Amino acid sequence: MTLRAAPAGRAGAWAALGLLSVLTAVLGLGVGSLGWEPPWVTLAADPAGMSLIGDLRAPRTLGAALVGALLGLSGAVAQGLFRNPLAEPYLLGSSAGAGLCMALLLTVGLPWSLDVGWWARLGLTGAAFVGSVAGVALTLSLARGAAHTLRLLLAGVVVGVVLGAGTQLMMVWSGEAWRVMQAFMLGNTALLGWPACLLMGGVLVVTLPLAWALARVLDALSLGEDTARTLGVPLGTARSALVAVLALSTAAAVAQAGLIAFVGLAAPHLARPWLGASHRSLVLASAWVGGLLLALADVLARWIIAPQELPVGVLTAVIGGVYLLVLLHRRRA
Amino acid sequence: MTSRIRGVSGWVAAVVLAAVCVLAPAQAAVMAPARSSALQIIDDRGAQVRLKHVPKRIISLLPSLTETVCDLGACDRLVGVDRWSSWPASVQGLPRLGGLDDPQIERIVSLRPDLVLVAPSTRVAPRLRSLGLSVAELDAQDLDQVRSVMSRLAILLGQPERGAARWQALQQGIDAVARQPRPAGMPAERVYFEVSSTPYAAGEASFIGELLRRLGAGNVVPAALGPFPKLNPEFIVRADPTVIILPAGEAAALAQRPGWSRIQALRQRRVCALSPAQVDVLARPGPRLVEGVRVLADCLRPLGSRP
Repeated sequence: MTLRAAPAGRAGAWAALGLLSVLTAVLGLGVGSLGWEPPWVTLAADPAGMSLIGDLRAPRTLGAALVGALLGLSGAVAQGLFRNPLAEPYLLGSSAGAGLCMALLLTVGLPWSLDVGWWARLGLTGAAFVGSVAGVALTLSLARGAAHTLRLLLAGVVVGVVLGAGTQLMMVWSGEAWRVMQAFMLGNTALLGWPACLLMGGVLVVTLPLAWALARVLDALSLGEDTARTLGVPLGTARSALVAVLALSTAAAVAQAGLIAFVGLAAPHLARPWLGASHRSLVLASAWVGGLLLALADVLARWIIAPQELPVGVLTAVIGGVYLLVLLHRRRA
Repeated sequence: MTSRIRGVSGWVAAVVLAAVCVLAPAQAAVMAPARSSALQIIDDRGAQVRLKHVPKRIISLLPSLTETVCDLGACDRLVGVDRWSSWPASVQGLPRLGGLDDPQIERIVSLRPDLVLVAPSTRVAPRLRSLGLSVAELDAQDLDQVRSVMSRLAILLGQPERGAARWQALQQGIDAVARQPRPAGMPAERVYFEVSSTPYAAGEASFIGELLRRLGAGNVVPAALGPFPKLNPEFIVRADPTVIILPAGEAAALAQRPGWSRIQALRQRRVCALSPAQVDVLARPGPRLVEGVRVLADCLRPLGSRP
């Protein structure tokens, strides 16, 4: 609220983001199961280098960035929409819905015997997506629309808990589902490929401009609902559109990479002091910072103990959490 | 088939044991205190577990321990098992007491067990101990630990000699499968065994890796990485395994993983998808590793010669 950068500082912050992004991209292409090696060296020395970089590292790095960007964007929208600094993308029952639908599909059983590998993958992703949207729809119907912030928040929490309990129950019953669900709960960027990137990129191309266009509503909302209404903002429609942005972005990320914690919560807070003068720049910056945070965490996850990996969620928490603590400390000082 | 034979031999052993106890009550009475002093082990927590009497009411909360108890001929002393224990068939009729994370403490206590078997580092163990129960924490990640768990369990069951005997039987069973010669001229396979799609692998240092080595197959995950490491998928693509073994649920989507379609095992269609029952015998380090090694041997058989 207090620490707002001057325009010159803001340009500097954007430049720093850009520089860090380039650096992370190079690292993302160069860090593999043997640790760091400049990508151009890999390309020259290893006959399989093109495939390693093109098929594995590039989509993985870009995929992690896209997951982070979608979560960062959702986080910024959620915090603006609910006027609550603790709001996060998983709040409206989207993650719980995704988990439940995946568990349902795994318990009932996919037609594995038909050997329709691509359909199985698409089925799980689709299930997560449908479940995520259904979870949000359930929340919205319980809250009787998005008109009342507090009611929406409460309904979201309740839906999350109840659907989550359903998932737990199914995991207890089905040994097979347990394995896949565990990977889903922890979140995983290791197996992101070009199709996942395409899907998430497609969603981001829709949701980011939409959020950008609706940023004015978030600005008005930050002054309070009544003030926003007197300013002539069409609250009902705008709020529904923002919920759709939130749900769609979260669902796309969750369906590809599972539940990656903390990025959606932390990215807006990391972006706000530097680039959060208005929601217009905040949604953009949150998406960018979220993408950078997760891509960087992904690089470190495969680097630190290569060829073994650390869980990427641990690293987002360490990087984002430490930086957030520094910010808080500085703001108080 | 073998399980039935083992079941029968277990029963024979139980009958013989019972006969000895009946025929030599005086001797047993004399021996009992002497033996009870030997009913102690150091469990995987590093703590001493000492029983006053030979346990007659045992609860096992880990499938591999359930199977080991039964293999040692003490199946009839089990009074309850966890949710996942499924072998031998006789344990399926026992009270189900939840899992290690959500055990039904009250029911466990009400069954008055004189020994509870659990995996190390669970929350249930200290709770049960505080309620006055004898708890042993045991698990295995490699074959030597399987041997150790067998021998320590046998000691706790009051039949120390059976531990070595059953271990011998397991070794012979594995050797019998491993002796079948590799087709002449076939180079050693490089195997990647996936435990879960995160991806977690079973490396050379795990009991699965050791069984593969007995079968003459190499493992793309060296022992230095530990028994069950979480790996960068790129590592596996680079290692280019000739055979991939994994749970059936993951097998279908394998070719969709970025870059995996060029792995030799996928190009030559040598991906071995394990049914849930087959996953069970390979996920439970205990007496059924004989069946596990047979599953692995089938996976390693060249295309066209699989039964």
